[in-house]
Amino acid sequence: MSEETEDLTHFRATVRDWLEQNCPPEMRQPMRSVEDVCWGGRHWKFASDAQKIWLERMAAKGWTVPEWPQKYGGGGLSRDQARIVRAEMKKIKARPPLQSFGIWMLGPALLKYGNEEQKLEHLPKIARGEIRWAQGYSEPNAGSDLASLMTKCEDRGDHYEVTGQKVWTSYADQADWIFVLVRTDFEAKKHEGISFILVDMDQPGVTTRPIKLISGKSPFCETFFDKARAEKKNLIGEINKGWTIAKYLLTHEREMIGGMGSDVMRPVGDIAVQQIGLGEDKKLADKMLRTDLARMEIDGLAFMETLARVQQEAKAGTGVGANSSMLKYYGTELNKRRLELMMDCAGSEGLSWGAENDLAANWLRTKANSIEGGTSEVQLNIIAKRILQLPST
Amino acid sequence: MSHLLSEEQEMLREAARGFCQNKAPIAQLRSLRDQGSEFGFDPDTWREMAEMGWSGILVPEEYDGVAMGHRAAGLIMEEMGRTLTGSPFLSSAIMGATGISQYGTDEQKQTYLSRIASGETIIGVAVDEGRKHAPTHVELTAARSGNGFLLNGQKQFVADCASADAYIVSARTAGKEDEAKGISLFLVPKTQNGVSHDNRPMIDSRNAGTVSFDNVALDADALLGEVDEGAGAWSHILDAGRAGLAAEMSGAAQESLHRTIDYLQQRQQFGRTIGSFQSLQHRAAHLYSEIELGKSIVWRALSMMDEAPQMAGLMVSAAKAKLGQVAQLAAQESIQMHGGIGMTDEFDIGFFIKRIRVADALYGDHHFHAERYAQIRGF
Repeated sequence: MSEETEDLTHFRATVRDWLEQNCPPEMRQPMRSVEDVCWGGRHWKFASDAQKIWLERMAAKGWTVPEWPQKYGGGGLSRDQARIVRAEMKKIKARPPLQSFGIWMLGPALLKYGNEEQKLEHLPKIARGEIRWAQGYSEPNAGSDLASLMTKCEDRGDHYEVTGQKVWTSYADQADWIFVLVRTDFEAKKHEGISFILVDMDQPGVTTRPIKLISGKSPFCETFFDKARAEKKNLIGEINKGWTIAKYLLTHEREMIGGMGSDVMRPVGDIAVQQIGLGEDKKLADKMLRTDLARMEIDGLAFMETLARVQQEAKAGTGVGANSSMLKYYGTELNKRRLELMMDCAGSEGLSWGAENDLAANWLRTKANSIEGGTSEVQLNIIAKRILQLPST
Repeated sequence: MSHLLSEEQEMLREAARGFCQNKAPIAQLRSLRDQGSEFGFDPDTWREMAEMGWSGILVPEEYDGVAMGHRAAGLIMEEMGRTLTGSPFLSSAIMGATGISQYGTDEQKQTYLSRIASGETIIGVAVDEGRKHAPTHVELTAARSGNGFLLNGQKQFVADCASADAYIVSARTAGKEDEAKGISLFLVPKTQNGVSHDNRPMIDSRNAGTVSFDNVALDADALLGEVDEGAGAWSHILDAGRAGLAAEMSGAAQESLHRTIDYLQQRQQFGRTIGSFQSLQHRAAHLYSEIELGKSIVWRALSMMDEAPQMAGLMVSAAKAKLGQVAQLAAQESIQMHGGIGMTDEFDIGFFIKRIRVADALYGDHHFHAERYAQIRGF
């Protein structure tokens, strides 16, 4: 570890004091369920006063998005300062004050591709949790082949009109606005007729319907656009150049999902000992399962080390960019293996709904990990072409 | 923990890469094999390695070494893995130096360490008595005799048994066959009466074989470490070797993939470059991912050897288990993706599978290390 500069050490002390005084005790308890996550938005009902106060205080500091510029509602912090804020929050087990697709996805896209007016209009509302965003990418006939999307966006003089259907739009039924990939040119090559536009969902032309999965209830929805209105000023970047933004966001999403593999460190072996028990030889009673567990844990360690290495290399500027595809591929496949083994350990106890931390539902849900955000096969294509430089057909 | 190389490590790696590729490429291995080399390495190349300080990589400076640590040693092993360079570096510079510098008496250090560092003395490690690695299965006896010990028994799969000037040998001084307690380590010069070795023709063209100890009379000062309590030292020495082998397999796996990718980019069938076929792309991309994971866990294991060797067992076994599997996958996939030419002796890719097979087996194959991992984890 490199030593911290005096300035940063001082900053750390300030952060620590501020958090100590401003983070309500209830917000230092581990989250019990997804219900405890604060998503914000027009219709948000705070789970507690503490949740509300915590969001307000953090938003006033700009620390819901510490690295964004202050004029857009951020904290204007450097990378190192932001890292310190996160570390100090972690130390007192502070919950994130706000989570949203606005912070994770639209924000970074606007910061990179939006004009000043768009940034000033939308970013502060994301930072303060006032507007909740959904993502409109996939369509029934445009999944892995996203660029073949057909939701049309027509010029109606002073505004655009959007008609079509999006699918896998997470939490769309609770969202206020949606960022949508639309086709603005049906004549051009498929990648060159796509635009990136923001649509207010509070209008009759936009409706949503939740999707039930094999794992049960899910946040996913279908979202329908029937002559929905979109303002011209809300088209991000240039018209027909939306694919660039889409790709940028997909990389982001991939990194997020790949990073979720960090769960693999929760030692499955310990769960197995608890559930199956050791034999007289001090080894798990189920010997075949034991081998699979050992291999899985070893791969988990190797994955965690790789995650750390790729992050360090990226910071040092020596990394391989497309390695996010490798992490997404391996991390999600690993997570699926992990849940398979947890089901093996749980035996019949894992086979009823609602038992053991919703194990069965979680297990089923992991099957989507290697589909969403680009399937494993798509990631392998990217590795082959971008890293291994193998030719296209 | 940092996964990034220091400037010094970066320079060492560049130097090692240049040296192995220019002075000891696969062509050298082929020629040693064709000549039926007894040692399985080229003594002049070894002398040059010693001049660069490699043989003293783990020897303290007071004994003329450079004491750069296991990470540095691992970087050299990785480069040797790429070119399949044979040398007693693993046996002597990694394991021999670890054993004597950590557990030797002052006199043993005086006698051996500067000579290990200069490359003049080569140490071999004699551990296994059966076909599978089992460091606590020791039948070879060291009976008390006068002021010293009398050794009787046999070790097999002793790497560099022909070139070694002395062996580190595990012997039973107490306890039953498979007990950790009662194992003692000895440093035995090859010239000692009753010591003999028998080379086996190995698939990787390196030297390994059986070493027999027939009424070998040793003074008490031949003991390395504590009597009856050698198991801990033994694990430390073996872990140093295992981490080094994992690094070597990482290098060999990376090079196998590299050569395979080159081939996929050139070979034409059905009127197109075969690398454009998705079935092959996915095999290669999966292999790439496995190799990337392998690189990271190896570095972690080497770091543990430098920073907390007594607690490194878990990570070293994780690394040796992972790399044993990853490198064998690389070797097998490389041949498959090369097709028929990959089966020919004339083409170099076939050398990788043979060395990787041996490197996996040496000091515990991936099954052994997955088992040891589970034991240390408590399941």
